[in-house]
Amino acid sequence: MVIPSSTNVGNPSPVGDFPARDQRAISNCQSVAVGDLLPPTERRTDQQRPAAYNPASMAIIEIENLTKTYRVYQKREGLKAAIAGLFHREHREVYAVRGINLQVEQGEFVAFLGPNGAGKTTTLKLLSGVIYPTSGSARVMGFVPWERDNEYRRRFALVMGQKNQLWWDLPAQESFRLHQQIYRIPPTEFTRRLDELSDLLQVRPLLGRPVRELSLGERMKMELIAALLHSPEVLFLDEPTIGLDVVAQHNIQQFLKFYQQERRITILLTSHYMKDVAALCKRVVVITDGRIHFDGSLDQIIDSFSGNRIVRLQLAEGQTADGLSMLAEVESVELPRVTLRCARSDVTRVLARILERYQIVDISIEDPPLEEIIAKLFQDAPAGRNDVAEVEVGR
Amino acid sequence: MIAWTVRTLPQRASTWWTIYRIALEERMAYRGDFALGTLMRFLPIVTQIFLWWAIFDAAAAATGKSHLAGYSFHDMVAYYLLSMLGRAFSSMPGLASTVARQIREGEIKKYLVQPIDMIGFMLLARMAHKSAYYAIACGPFALVFYLCGDYFPAWPTVEVGLAFLLSLVFAFLLGFFLDLCIGLIGFWFLEVSSLLFIYMLLNFFLSGHMFPLDLLPVGWRGAVDYLPFRYLAYFPAAIYLGKVPSSQLWQELGVEALWLVGMIFIARYLYARGVRRYSGYGG
Repeated sequence: MVIPSSTNVGNPSPVGDFPARDQRAISNCQSVAVGDLLPPTERRTDQQRPAAYNPASMAIIEIENLTKTYRVYQKREGLKAAIAGLFHREHREVYAVRGINLQVEQGEFVAFLGPNGAGKTTTLKLLSGVIYPTSGSARVMGFVPWERDNEYRRRFALVMGQKNQLWWDLPAQESFRLHQQIYRIPPTEFTRRLDELSDLLQVRPLLGRPVRELSLGERMKMELIAALLHSPEVLFLDEPTIGLDVVAQHNIQQFLKFYQQERRITILLTSHYMKDVAALCKRVVVITDGRIHFDGSLDQIIDSFSGNRIVRLQLAEGQTADGLSMLAEVESVELPRVTLRCARSDVTRVLARILERYQIVDISIEDPPLEEIIAKLFQDAPAGRNDVAEVEVGR
Repeated sequence: MIAWTVRTLPQRASTWWTIYRIALEERMAYRGDFALGTLMRFLPIVTQIFLWWAIFDAAAAATGKSHLAGYSFHDMVAYYLLSMLGRAFSSMPGLASTVARQIREGEIKKYLVQPIDMIGFMLLARMAHKSAYYAIACGPFALVFYLCGDYFPAWPTVEVGLAFLLSLVFAFLLGFFLDLCIGLIGFWFLEVSSLLFIYMLLNFFLSGHMFPLDLLPVGWRGAVDYLPFRYLAYFPAAIYLGKVPSSQLWQELGVEALWLVGMIFIARYLYARGVRRYSGYGG
């Protein structure tokens, strides 16, 4: 560690899986305000921000009626149609995002949930300025993302789980060097942040190894370091744990949780893994078919979209499951264990009856698995995939 | 604006140097394959020299002339080697296809999200590639020029020498921006390989790589003079061999500089429009 101990003023907070020395490292960085990390000439003042942004009264991310349609070539089957397609093409407008309104406050960790093609990634791309919207507006830290102001680009980061931003044939530390230059990170800060991040993610011995020789999990950690070296205030994560094994997923979750809590940065995450979401995000935005279908906490989702409870019983020896199906829906029977499902309002009544009639060794009541609730939520959403505006355009 | 440029110059120069250095290291990652590939490119020199020898022999037997369009056999060998040198600066293997692939596969997002300019980045990376190439190719080049030393005219004057060096630098930049533009067309057509093929074909015949442009019939020659290809191989060789009258030397270089500025503008325009289109349609 090159961090001088004299800067250690923060309280070491208990942090999940990280070794004590790393906790110290983090508490060090906690004591340094983001503005202090920059040389005087680069220190951000409110005058430098676009006039419209006032952190006290405005959300860090403000999205209004954001809509994005894609024009796709409608290909028909057969050779004849293919030849006709050379001269006259039919196009359809397909909605990726239709009229999203959303406000995210500074320091929130928000998850976007939704089936494939729901518009999650499109929304992140819009907020990163990679694509222009068809209509509507968005502001991140007061910047209009698709104007791609260099100042804005220095203050956020986008990590895509399926895209590699590092130089494939070179050690990750070379890519980090380049980031130091293009994000203009002062050398001492660069060293400090790199030490801190590589210790936290436990990849220090791997910094000198060519990226192509790293495992998927190790590579993802390097991608995260590359994205965080310039201390972005807003971070967009598009499926950061895709394809990773359980241990690697867990490590990355722990890291993100810790880093976000320490730095109070704003993170928007899309993921298909409920465990990511349950572990990280207090707020969940469910997007289906380009619209926001739900915006609230995970608990609220469970309360509003799952009317059922799962009751697990362990029957005493010699007992059978006969008659249980009269009381509640039987999910599985593997004696002596029986799993039942009943409406939430029925739980007490059902339990009373069971205790009356059966000898029970153990009993537990749970919510149905999160995956199941979310799948139901996706299904219940209005299926609007087909009501696209059909437009014929010759080219 | 000027004050800003001066103030941020050290910072930017340091960024440029880092990009250059890292791109150079990347080249070194596959040094074996790279060195072999570079050396193999010298093999055609031998066959080409034999080909011209046979052509001059046959021409002498049929017509009794020892010169073709003002070139003796020795002149021709000297021209050929010098045009090879020009091509070592102006040819951009893999540039257009890399740019088109980055557009197709969405790698271009990197340049939109990070505070970095794609064209500048590509130019620095290409300078690094070229440096690595010269480091390996300078040996064989020196050997070939030494062996054929007698075929060359006397050393050029300082003025001609300077013009020659400048024409090589311009050839590099012009070659870069021409190839880049082909790659940037990838914003509109996802596949640019057939377009690239046509470009390479034109380049091959009209740059003077295949034969000196003086061999072309007068009408053709006039047309070729109005195209930028001739600056990629013919022009540097012609300067060195004294085929460009000194009264026209700087004027010709000026015209080349205009072509260069034009191509930079076109590349910038294509990039700006292309990003706009890419952003509007997908990504």
